[in-house]
Amino acid sequence: MVAVLKAVEEQGTVYHVKPGGAGQALAVEEFCLWYGAKQALFDVTMAVEKGLVTALIGPSGCGKSTLLRSLNRMNDLIDGLRIGGRIAFGGADIYAPDCDVIALRKRMGMVFQKPNPFPMSIYENVIYPLRVDGINDRRMLAETAERALRGSALWEEVKDRLHESALGLSGGQQQRLCIARAIAGDPEVLLMDEPCSALDPVATSKIEELIEELAGHYTIVIVTHNMQQAARVSDNTAFMYLGKLIEYGETETVFTTPKLEKTQEYVTGRFG
Amino acid sequence: MVAPVAVERLKLEVAGAREASRARAVDIQSLGEPYLWALGGALAFGCLMIAGFLLLVAWNGVVTFWPKPIAVVTLADGRKIAGEPIRSELFRPGPEVLAKLVPDQRAAIARSDGFAPRTLYRVANYDLYGDDFLWVTSFEARSVEQPPGMMLFERLEWGPFIGTVKSLTADGRQQAPDLLGPGELARLHGEARARWQRIREIERGDIGAVNHALEQERLRLRRVAIDQGEASAAYAEAKARLDRRQTDLGQRYEALAAEAKALKDRDARDSVVLADIAGKEKQIPLSAIVRYYAPNAMGWSDMLVVYLSRWWEFVSEEPREANTEGGVMPAIFGTAALTILLVIAVAPFGVVTALYLREYARQGRMVAVVRISVNNLAGVPSIVYGVFGLGFFAYFLGGTIDQLFYPERLPSPTFGTGGLLWSSLTLALLTVPVVIVATEEALAAVPRSMREGSLACGASKWQTIRRIVLPRAMPGILTGIILAMARGAGEVAPLMLVGVVKLAPELPIDGYFPFLHLERSFMHLGFHIYDVGFQSRNSEAGKPMVFVTTLLLVALIFVMNIGAIMIRNRLKRRFAGSQF
Repeated sequence: MVAVLKAVEEQGTVYHVKPGGAGQALAVEEFCLWYGAKQALFDVTMAVEKGLVTALIGPSGCGKSTLLRSLNRMNDLIDGLRIGGRIAFGGADIYAPDCDVIALRKRMGMVFQKPNPFPMSIYENVIYPLRVDGINDRRMLAETAERALRGSALWEEVKDRLHESALGLSGGQQQRLCIARAIAGDPEVLLMDEPCSALDPVATSKIEELIEELAGHYTIVIVTHNMQQAARVSDNTAFMYLGKLIEYGETETVFTTPKLEKTQEYVTGRFG
Repeated sequence: MVAPVAVERLKLEVAGAREASRARAVDIQSLGEPYLWALGGALAFGCLMIAGFLLLVAWNGVVTFWPKPIAVVTLADGRKIAGEPIRSELFRPGPEVLAKLVPDQRAAIARSDGFAPRTLYRVANYDLYGDDFLWVTSFEARSVEQPPGMMLFERLEWGPFIGTVKSLTADGRQQAPDLLGPGELARLHGEARARWQRIREIERGDIGAVNHALEQERLRLRRVAIDQGEASAAYAEAKARLDRRQTDLGQRYEALAAEAKALKDRDARDSVVLADIAGKEKQIPLSAIVRYYAPNAMGWSDMLVVYLSRWWEFVSEEPREANTEGGVMPAIFGTAALTILLVIAVAPFGVVTALYLREYARQGRMVAVVRISVNNLAGVPSIVYGVFGLGFFAYFLGGTIDQLFYPERLPSPTFGTGGLLWSSLTLALLTVPVVIVATEEALAAVPRSMREGSLACGASKWQTIRRIVLPRAMPGILTGIILAMARGAGEVAPLMLVGVVKLAPELPIDGYFPFLHLERSFMHLGFHIYDVGFQSRNSEAGKPMVFVTTLLLVALIFVMNIGAIMIRNRLKRRFAGSQF
């Protein structure tokens, strides 16, 4: 571990792809974050490429969820939060004072660790992003609901009970409902914070299939604890450790021929 | 690898330790069983007290209106008294009483350690003897019987009369008592009551409307005088209008008064002469009898009719006789209206305050201080709220409103005195801490994941609160409102300062614009209990009414709570099955 830290300190992050390439959706530049006095992220610099799936991996407490939640400013809710550096989305700094956080979040769907459907009907859950936009056109709402539910492969299962409570669905269905909700507002980016950690293996494989299907349409950033999952679904992988980005590159490279020993140890399951 | 011998020894040691621990006296702390008994006992004790209280109130309340038999007691000196036996007890006769007794009686009293039984009779006929109740000791009573002819008359004035009908005058002609059957008396009485009802309608309703219209015109004139001065053209016009209306209304008044007078004259020609057990007579108009019956000759079905008609009178009529008789309808109405207004005032105020405290305010020292203050407010004596309500709401706010909007009515206050509005606002202030605390708890219990899910969808903070947080917190908020409602509906002390009165036959809602008169003083069941029980001429007569009114108040609060709880449960069911 000491060796790795030394390596990080000496070399900085090891990149297998050039950050700031042509098709980038999000650019994180020397991003730092403090919870009160405690620094959680150290000078993270990475580019999330458009239309690809980027996996954030690393042991617990490494800051991967913090980084993900910084992308749509969900961390704003926490008192005593400070940041440094910048995150650019479509060229504009999302932490700039004139940035409209609500508009930003509308452009980024988010799926959480535990399914969190609202205590409403399935239908109302899906069209929630439209409701908050004040859209009341019935046809548009119905079309969006169907499109989003088909998009999250849930349509066939729930089309006959759209107006029943969403809380009656199984865990996996609830999570796919949350994905439908996230894509109903037609975002550019999907942020997924360990979307399968509360699900059984069957539901997990369904979500993974779904991620692969969605990959072409959306830029997806996914935090995961599951190495196999990261290897299966992602195009790029970022390995984080103790708040620092250690190694970032194409998934195949990071998993098969990582430069750093620490990455090697983690992806092969020797620690973490 | 451990040697087999060592393993054997280890096994033995473990077994030995196990034995030792079994043999050790079991620690009472670890068992917990006795604590369970203590906890269960405390609960059972609490339940027993509540059940006992409810049973006492319910039983006394339920039996009050059941007709009691009338006993005729022949006293030792030959006098006779008639009355309803109320209760019996043992008492210790004084030496001056004992001295007057014959030796046999003295010996009997001495045998029971100086105690003798006595019975309380409700002898009624207050107008004849100036006493409603009479104690009769066992040694005074020679015989007790229940003759079927004895009747009880409930009258509009002077309380009930116990005796018999001596003679009846119908339309000015006296009828011999043997000529009229019981059917005839009932028919005449029914007619007389209908006439009385009609007179009341004319006097209270129709003539009241004329007076109201006249008063409105006068107020309009004063208003014009204040606004534009008495020299203006508008004033002259209003004056002419008032004069026109005055003659107009005066004619209507005359017509109504004449009709009432005719009815009253007719009414005066139907009267009845009642005689008590001692033969003393009393003539009263037939319409002054509310109800009469002969309990000793009645079967239980007749008694049930009397019982139900008394209950109906109780919940639908106004009080008579300094509140000790008649009904409590204005009080029921006042209590319900007060409670509803209280909820309307306290719910938005408390919820909005809690929303700001929990969702928007920076959780720092300031908010902590505010929170502690709110909690402490719940401990301020309610009479202090009453004083505050009188000073701030009635005198300051109400006085200002009067000067701005009702100058024509001054110096008699409109809002500048206690009333329904100020009472409900005072109670709202009293109960708002309950709502704030409950709402804060409910808001805090909404899972973070819900809020994050909504915010991540691009909802603003307010949208998240309105669409996600508030609906989910609603059952908890409603619990707080229910608690506040129950607390407010049972509160009396502050109301005595800000609007409750002993008698207010004018309901806060009537047919005159603006229909809802929030400035009016009103009656309240809680205050009614205090008034009947402790402020009336005869506490013995008021006692049953205290129980009945308490029963009614408890029932009213119960009904309102059940209603609110049903609403809450419907909401809860909508959010049931959620897992987080």
